[in-house]
Amino acid sequence: MTSQTHAGQTIIDPPEDGHFRNGSTNQPSPTTLSLHLTINGETHALDVEPRVTLLDALRERLHLTGTKKGCDQGQCGACTVHVDGERVLACLTLAAQVEGRSITTIEGLADEDGTLHAVQAAFLEQDAFQCGYCTPGQIMSAVACIREGHAGSDEEIREYMAGNLCRCGAYPHIVAAVRQAARELRS
Amino acid sequence: MRDFSYLRADSVEAARNAAALPGAMLLAGGTTLVDLAKCGVAEPATVIDISHIAGLDAIDVGPDRAVIGALAKMSHVADHPQVKSHFPAVSEALWQAASAQLRNMATIGGNLMQRTRCPYFRDPQNFPACNKRAPGSGCSAIGGVTRGHAVLGTSEACIATYPGDLAIALVAFEAEVDLGERKLKVEDFFLAPGATAEQEHDIRPGEVITAIEIPGSAAARRSTYLKVRDRQSYEFAAASAAVGLELEGDGRTIRDIRVALGGVATKPWRARAVEEALKGKPLDEATVRKASELAMAGAVDHGANHYKIALAPRVIARAILELGETA
Repeated sequence: MTSQTHAGQTIIDPPEDGHFRNGSTNQPSPTTLSLHLTINGETHALDVEPRVTLLDALRERLHLTGTKKGCDQGQCGACTVHVDGERVLACLTLAAQVEGRSITTIEGLADEDGTLHAVQAAFLEQDAFQCGYCTPGQIMSAVACIREGHAGSDEEIREYMAGNLCRCGAYPHIVAAVRQAARELRS
Repeated sequence: MRDFSYLRADSVEAARNAAALPGAMLLAGGTTLVDLAKCGVAEPATVIDISHIAGLDAIDVGPDRAVIGALAKMSHVADHPQVKSHFPAVSEALWQAASAQLRNMATIGGNLMQRTRCPYFRDPQNFPACNKRAPGSGCSAIGGVTRGHAVLGTSEACIATYPGDLAIALVAFEAEVDLGERKLKVEDFFLAPGATAEQEHDIRPGEVITAIEIPGSAAARRSTYLKVRDRQSYEFAAASAAVGLELEGDGRTIRDIRVALGGVATKPWRARAVEEALKGKPLDEATVRKASELAMAGAVDHGANHYKIALAPRVIARAILELGETA
């Protein structure tokens, strides 16, 4: 985050001594933040209001629309992305918060030559979707679920994939796809 | 969501100073703050991002005690091998809470600051009356749809249920919250609504949770968290119990027992009457079921949540009896 000047007021990172109340720094007002976000290995510079979520930054500013907006309230999992390799919800993450972290979206999952990730391939093979809207979130969640070691049984897959809702009800095929990919990735 | 200014604190001291700014709120995992800002419930003037403070996520666990840094993620604590072996109820409460994604975001300190899920509290546009949001405005839940509301610790001002799981286990095992200048029992950190429903925590402007400490005990080592809910996963508790058990050498007389309840009270609820009734008694079903009923002394329902008064003692009894069957 860099310093910004807004209406004659300087917005700065917290001073090293942390003393906001004594003298130099006034109560800051809302302003634009200049962020550098690392997404799928590339650095993107963008100016955003502090309230902008990672989800809106990805979709509306960087045109990475593979990450879906479902409920926008942390309940459906359609916006699942990885931050430093762990699955999180982009709708409840502020863009400013993940500066300096490594972000992976569904667009960054396949190899550069287009070879699909084992989980993507398994979703195709098992027909693990109907309308497809929840699928990017399901796949990002499944990749992490397997990596965490929480895909050891169908019961465990169901528990640890519970944060991804599918209104079409493709759950049995989703479990089959995660089971298949987990087996392939282990071997 | 109303916009706010954003500051990033790189030390606890910076966070403390910034937290004292008028209208400042701390951002750790963001799962409560960003959500409530979207609902129009939280309207911070300044958001202080503490998630980049180094070292505040340490997890240090031994048989005698666990010290868990405020920024430790719920998922990391739940999966920690020594938390699992010395404090199984803590691990179980954590992995049965929220979803895997939310547990990767939400921190232990933030978890203690989680707000109620009362639908009236979360909907200021349609329900302006809420003593938690606007002191003195009234309570929309009383006389409304109350299936999820509390039966213990309620007042005429508020019947909102405390929604968390972790704090139930923390209260059972007498954990403390470290606020830097002072430490207090987690049980005392949470405040029942009384006439001041807006005050949920004993925390002052400029205070920052830095860690929680859980003393080790035989009861903590033999413990469990049983969560009963409307669907099997990713749901708040209809009723839950954190239970710890220590038996005498005869393998059937109860030496020490801890019982705390979730999903039924306005704050994490220690059921001391149940504990006292069972200490020194044999671990048999009739004794346990009778004692578990004592947890509901003073319970008041508001119609649709009446079922919780029958459900909670059964949850307690099942947790104790299942724990008794483990070696």
